[in-house]
Amino acid sequence: MALFIPCYVNQFYPNAAKASLQLLRKLGVDVVYPSKQTCCGQPMANAGFEYLSQECNDLFIENFSGFDYIVAPSASCVLHVKDHLKSHDSPGQADTIRTRIYELVEFLTDVLKVDKLDAVFPHKVGLHHSCHGLRGLYLSQMSELNEAPFSKPQKLLSMVRGLEQVSLDRQDECCGFGGSFCVSEEAVSVKMGKDRITDHTKHGAEYITSSDLSCLMHLEGILHRNKSVVKIIHIAEILNAEL
Amino acid sequence: MKQSKSKDHAALAAAFIKDEERVDWHDGALWFIRQKRDIASKQIPEWEQLREAASAIKSNVISNLHDYLLQFEANLTRNGVTVHWAANADEHNAIVYSILKAKEITQMVKSKSMLTEECQLNEYLEERGIEVINSDLGEYIQQIDKEPPSHIVLPCIHKRKEEIGELFHEHLGTEKGLSDPTQLTRVARKHLRNVFMTRRAALTGVNFAVAETGEYIVCTNEGNADMGAHLSEVQIASMGLEKLIPQKKHLSIFLRLLARSATGQPITIYSSHYKKPRPGQEMHLILVDAGRTKQLGRIDFRDSLKCIKCGSCMNTCPVYRKSGGLSYHNTISGPIGAILAPNLDMKKHADLPFASTLCGSCSNVCPVKINIHGQLYKWRQEIVKEGYAANTKALGMKAMAWTLSSPGNFTNAGNAGRWFMHNIPFVVKNRFNPWYKQREMPEGPKESFAAWYARSEKK
Repeated sequence: MALFIPCYVNQFYPNAAKASLQLLRKLGVDVVYPSKQTCCGQPMANAGFEYLSQECNDLFIENFSGFDYIVAPSASCVLHVKDHLKSHDSPGQADTIRTRIYELVEFLTDVLKVDKLDAVFPHKVGLHHSCHGLRGLYLSQMSELNEAPFSKPQKLLSMVRGLEQVSLDRQDECCGFGGSFCVSEEAVSVKMGKDRITDHTKHGAEYITSSDLSCLMHLEGILHRNKSVVKIIHIAEILNAEL
Repeated sequence: MKQSKSKDHAALAAAFIKDEERVDWHDGALWFIRQKRDIASKQIPEWEQLREAASAIKSNVISNLHDYLLQFEANLTRNGVTVHWAANADEHNAIVYSILKAKEITQMVKSKSMLTEECQLNEYLEERGIEVINSDLGEYIQQIDKEPPSHIVLPCIHKRKEEIGELFHEHLGTEKGLSDPTQLTRVARKHLRNVFMTRRAALTGVNFAVAETGEYIVCTNEGNADMGAHLSEVQIASMGLEKLIPQKKHLSIFLRLLARSATGQPITIYSSHYKKPRPGQEMHLILVDAGRTKQLGRIDFRDSLKCIKCGSCMNTCPVYRKSGGLSYHNTISGPIGAILAPNLDMKKHADLPFASTLCGSCSNVCPVKINIHGQLYKWRQEIVKEGYAANTKALGMKAMAWTLSSPGNFTNAGNAGRWFMHNIPFVVKNRFNPWYKQREMPEGPKESFAAWYARSEKK
């Protein structure tokens, strides 16, 4: 199995990447980290510059071909690869990668079928559903549809000893990060982030967790600016937490 | 009109957000409607099948529009309705004017029609000495305030009752400080009664038009379309080409979806069917293209024509709720407006597809399953390709693509972190950086994961 660590996670949140690696190894997976990886190309594509992302795509294919599974601790990047990875030279390889790539949570619940974890995290935690994880990868049932509820991240969090999940008024509203939206629509982005944070804090969350660090990075920026004691943490770090 | 066209969505939204208490109230009011929609839709076990069926019927309509239009026209004519075809807004407005002029009518009452807003019919007629009064209460309020509607179903949702009280005081002579909605509505009702009684011409929009029978259906909660139409000697309906459905029985799907999606009501109070003129009455129906066939020719965007104008994508959109409908500087605001507007004028509306986080909530409340957020993504690609993205953005993106496309550029440069510091927006620590204005930067750790991995795997 190849571990795909998105560019900004590699640079800013190495602990989430380490936790993902350690957790997968703990569960007996043969994991390697292809060292020449960079990015999935989403930053350009979502800003309207998909045509500039072909070299990124080619590099991605070079790094991740030949593995049984590719796993990343980022729903957003995984969804981008699933939806948009293209190749002129090797379309077959691109197609294979698109069917073999998993977000960490879905890999744990759907492939490894994890039903118990040796993790301890004695805190009150609010779960932030990233939109790409929720409505793109169907990690949980979205509130918009009239369909039976389920939640893969909640299922995993419920296996963690001592962890108390807080309920939210708006269970699956967007945090306002949105890639380049976070700077091009700064006012709306920050207001959306502030309102999400208020929902978590008023229900007593000590930590806000998610399967996407891009959402969390945005929320952390607002939390730090307002000198809040509430912390963000990637779900892999909770699932890998020991006493 | 007070609507600003020179500022883009981000600037107009930022201005709206300055009054945070108002934003919270606006957001809460629309979220309340989204919740009502959730409750109503979850009482229908076959809700998702209804959406699927509606989407499929609309696919059939837009794929066979030519045949349905001719069938509809033939049935209208048989029923005694005069049919007009308008290629654009100007033609539409000229047709309405000529109908009124032939009858020497100088006053008209109009029920809600987003199409006539799109065509700016009121302004056109007023310039020619014809007075138009909007009879939908929300539209009426917007009209006396000389402001366009901010929402297609709830035209003055951005206004608080105190502001409406102030407007009524100024224009209808109510007591100063009166803001009780029931009392204000009574005043408007009395005023509009007189309008209905005295206007010889009434114009309505169209929610659904049945090809098989030649009838059209107008849905209102206030009964204002009926009041105008029943008392008029000239009845005009304006409709976009895409409003057709093949058969009357299909209404059983669309009428169940429309009001539940829009406001969480099981059905609108009035679903009025109009088919034939009364003896002595004239009925006209204007079929308007105004860009619709152009959109039909855009393979990636044609599904936007399935829209039944319920407004649920606006109510659910967190960007819409926090930025207000007028920030979209287009008749149709919100997510659906952002995929319709670039078809009409890509340069003018180049900002709208970017006024979204692509969260996808819109596509999943849409009763006809338009892939709205997928189309927003695709419009972004079109807008950049056509050269309507800001130049500075294009340069930054090229630098980013170059760096991220080669591991050499990315990691072997000695310090990838340094590259990030210069190229990723959230790390430039100065007051000109939009990230830093209200957010701290992520703290750079001592060592990247890649460096740690290389070091620890060597051991």
